[in-house]
Amino acid sequence: MSRLWTRCFAGIVEREFLRFLRQRSRFFASLVRPLVWLIIFATGFRAVLGLSRIPPYQTYVLYEEYIVPGLVGLILLFNGMQTALSMVFDREMGSMKVLLVSPLPRWYLLACRLLAGVIVALPQVYAFLACAWLWGIRPPVAGYLFVAPAVLLAGLMLGAFGLLISSMVEQLENFAGVMNFVIFPMFFASTALYPLWRLNDADPTLATVAWLNPFSHAVELIRFAFYGQLEPTSLAVTGLSGLVFMALAAWRYDSGRILRRQLAAGA
Amino acid sequence: MTALDIEGVSHTYRRKALDGVNLTIGRGEFVVLLGLNGAGKTTLFSLIAGLLNLQAGALRVLGHRLPQERGKALAHCGFVFQQPALDLDLTVSETLRYHAALHGLSRRDANRRIDEELTRGGLLDRKRDLVRTLSGGQRRRIEIARSLLHPVQLLLLDEPTVGLDVPSRKAILDRARALCREDGATVLWATHLLDEVADGDRAVVIHEGRIIDDGPAGHADGPLSRRFARLVGLEAAA
Repeated sequence: MSRLWTRCFAGIVEREFLRFLRQRSRFFASLVRPLVWLIIFATGFRAVLGLSRIPPYQTYVLYEEYIVPGLVGLILLFNGMQTALSMVFDREMGSMKVLLVSPLPRWYLLACRLLAGVIVALPQVYAFLACAWLWGIRPPVAGYLFVAPAVLLAGLMLGAFGLLISSMVEQLENFAGVMNFVIFPMFFASTALYPLWRLNDADPTLATVAWLNPFSHAVELIRFAFYGQLEPTSLAVTGLSGLVFMALAAWRYDSGRILRRQLAAGA
Repeated sequence: MTALDIEGVSHTYRRKALDGVNLTIGRGEFVVLLGLNGAGKTTLFSLIAGLLNLQAGALRVLGHRLPQERGKALAHCGFVFQQPALDLDLTVSETLRYHAALHGLSRRDANRRIDEELTRGGLLDRKRDLVRTLSGGQRRRIEIARSLLHPVQLLLLDEPTVGLDVPSRKAILDRARALCREDGATVLWATHLLDEVADGDRAVVIHEGRIIDDGPAGHADGPLSRRFARLVGLEAAA
């Protein structure tokens, strides 16, 4: 029985990788997006935005260095939404049915899909970190190793969020709305671009929103991991949010809601 | 033991799609589910596949109750859906290998079965081609090959010949009949095309969510055919 489960997992990962390799523009887009933020936005803001010494940093850091974990989070956020988009696309194209008629439980199939999405995101993250290194952002070498589990967990949480979104988006055309109402607010109302104390100075309500935003905790988890530290609150919030998102997504996929509207249209 | 046992199954979206459907299909039978568009065929298939939740009635697939034993039931079922469901950016063998993995076949077994099914479908030479380069008929044959990679006892085909030319339709129908005759598999073939029903086939006519006829089709102007033709005629008149 366990062989069936592992073969299924391997098959789903292989499919995601092959699809990723065949869509080269997706890889470049995922790389260019954070690089634009790093090279243009962060460089411009370096002179404007002063950062005091805050954990995990031991000394004052350049804004570019501060922003890198947030941009890793941005890659994962977009990857999570790509998972969602691809699920909606599969539903519209019919391939979703092929997945759902596998004899394995739906929650397991979704978990495989989720993990496959994150595995596909890992090369994107490290390619960006390599570019950032060339740009002069050089965290401790061990940080590149420590950050991997944090990226994995953050990616799973954001991927699970993507799966939940995919269960709620009825049509591919509605996905532009997801960009405006999910990705941008989640990214901007977080600690990806500014530290919490800065947000608090500007607007305490925004700081509260950012603290409640699970994306902030995913970013902080990655930020601390770069310096070989574990931030327990971020770990707990990221892990718990991921579990809640996954449970809700599995429930929605298992309750037959996902294909109901599509099938009703033909009935 | 029966392959499919449907008792009093009803399903409602905004309107009733199925209304108290009762149907029993024995092992090794070839059954044609005949109905106009919107008659309830796809809803019935979706319930059997576990894609929709059962609202009323009881369903047993290969002796396993749905939804409680969904995994055991689906392990030996093959599906060809009405809407083509292929990854256009994958090659034929990658597409088939993905399906084999979802059913737990080892890489070696998957490759062997892929070669066997592609040979049978006359598509072995297209194994390394992207699915998007195939014609509609070839894509349908790939879908049939895919549905048969794992050990299949019950094959459900939902209007598999829609949009295909006559030779492709015949090839697919012949393949399904051969599977039933030679391998002892049970086949439920949904269609709205009367000419896909052969003499002696068991034909089940579904209309507005109800089974209105069930029996051997007989010859082309037999009572069953006449009744379905009347339905088609009524549809055309409307």
